[in-house]
Amino acid sequence: MPTPPFEGATSDWQHFAHGADIGVRGRGATLAEAFAAAAVGLTAVVTDPLQVRPLESLHVECVVADRELLFQEWLNSLVFLMATRRMLFSRFEVRIAGDSLEADAWGEPVDVVRHAPAVEVKGATLTELAVRQEPDGRWLAQCVVDV
Amino acid sequence: MDLQGLRRESECRWVIEPTGAMRVPAILYADEPLIRGMDDKVRAQVCNVAALPGIVGAAYAMPDAHWGYGFPIGGVAAFDADRGGVVSAGGVGFDISCGVRSLLTGRRREEIVAVQQPLAHELSRAIPAGVGSTGHLRLSSSEMDEMLRGGARWAVARGFGDVSDLDRVEECGCIADAQPASVSPRARERQREEMGTLGSGNHYLEVQWIAEVHDDAIAEGYGLREGEVVVSIHCGSRGLGHQIGTDYLRDMALQAPSFGIRLPDRELACAPIHSELGQRYLGAMRAAMNCALANRQILTQLCRESFRRILPDAGLRVLYDVSHNICKVEEHVVEGESRSLHVHRKGATRAFGPGHPCVPESLREFGQPVLIGGSMGTASYVLAGAAGGETLALSSACHGAGRSMSRHEATRRWQGRQLVHELAGRGVLIRSPSMRGVAEEAPGAYKPVESVVDAAERAGLARKVARLEPLICIKG
Repeated sequence: MPTPPFEGATSDWQHFAHGADIGVRGRGATLAEAFAAAAVGLTAVVTDPLQVRPLESLHVECVVADRELLFQEWLNSLVFLMATRRMLFSRFEVRIAGDSLEADAWGEPVDVVRHAPAVEVKGATLTELAVRQEPDGRWLAQCVVDV
Repeated sequence: MDLQGLRRESECRWVIEPTGAMRVPAILYADEPLIRGMDDKVRAQVCNVAALPGIVGAAYAMPDAHWGYGFPIGGVAAFDADRGGVVSAGGVGFDISCGVRSLLTGRRREEIVAVQQPLAHELSRAIPAGVGSTGHLRLSSSEMDEMLRGGARWAVARGFGDVSDLDRVEECGCIADAQPASVSPRARERQREEMGTLGSGNHYLEVQWIAEVHDDAIAEGYGLREGEVVVSIHCGSRGLGHQIGTDYLRDMALQAPSFGIRLPDRELACAPIHSELGQRYLGAMRAAMNCALANRQILTQLCRESFRRILPDAGLRVLYDVSHNICKVEEHVVEGESRSLHVHRKGATRAFGPGHPCVPESLREFGQPVLIGGSMGTASYVLAGAAGGETLALSSACHGAGRSMSRHEATRRWQGRQLVHELAGRGVLIRSPSMRGVAEEAPGAYKPVESVVDAAERAGLARKVARLEPLICIKG
């Protein structure tokens, strides 16, 4: 088992309000870090990421010729794995090259008692979807997820 | 919402005349407090919908409208396929064919209160709910295809319920022209273990008593008697529908430029109804509707079995089953001409008036039952489609209370365990695997459903028939 390279607890993520649903935002020194931070924010919609142990990893690959839609596809790939593997993830290593994203996501199976999952995420939407470099040089990736 | 630019036509009808790219007016149904309380994003979104190609009549917002994605939640819009009309995955939403089914128990409240604890326990044990829960059915690929074509009829043929249930389900339990081939392998995989599951969030199975009858004649026709108990199931097409929404939202966003459609925001991603992508989406969406109808049919049977373990001679008849996230082809008279339109209702309930041929014969003289869910621990309503509803908003009404604050804010204000305790003190038993989920669904996080249904009635969209109060709520 390789050492998980990204510490979810210290990542720069936040939620923003959106009526019935939730906005997920990640920031990082690189585009890949921002995507990874947003993924921690995605987990935080369901449970406290600090309660999710990085016991096993799954590999994710996405290719979309549009940076914003690549971000949406990344979150939707995690939503798919959460739903079908019945897992939660807390640490992410993301690599982005052009239109392609490769990532490893570390997590564990859902434990209803310990994780007390609040809600399942149905999908990442195009609403408030943005991927950009901020004036301070850091990257931001965000969108609203439907719950 | 800022009222500038809104023309008040009547107490509960507000019009925004077309400006800029808008092709038709936007019409909002709400009283003044509700409309002032709506997010300005609702106004922006309903005006954006009014700018889409082929839209007919107006873009509508219901009294419970709030900020959605692309379309507002509580949005209604119809498109004419032969005049460049579009279909939008965002105009249906991720939870395709989410809806409500209500069952009549014929039992008095006192009878249910006497067994409230064991019944709550039995239902919470039998109804798979919450994140990570799985159903008891595992479908092979060919069985999945049959389910996607057959809907609730398929479920009945598999032993879940009775053929007589189907007459009281929208489309008699099976929508035509579903295309299982348009459903992706990912969508199928998400559904593999989720048949007969409730889901999470605002989905629920609730045992309710009829606390007040507002219209004696219609209530009698529906079989609703004051003091008796009903069961309402609120859920949709589960992971299959969520993935279809995901797949086609992305495809429509990617292909939008090729259709030459100018969109004010990419979240309005859509495709011409007559395009290959538009047809594929409609086929997949109808398959998801059949999945939702099958799911609610299975849950109905699980609920019946639970009741019978506690009350051996219990019989639960279907009052009605209607979706509130869907796009359907309907005939509507527009400016004196009958036209076949693709009507999107996202967080809005179809509300056909008395005499409409699509309402089951046994209910037709009263109008279609419109099933309105409240928030956890608060009232729900049964309304009836009104005669004038077609001209007002394409025979549509509200679908629920609508949130008034974010989930994050709700968890800051309320503790799940305390809410469960407080509601138990008021005679409402909450059963949920997640106390954080309970806090997020706190009754105070929603608008009062009474103001929403009152506005719907005053606007002429539907008539109030009965108010339902909860006794047991199974939450995901």
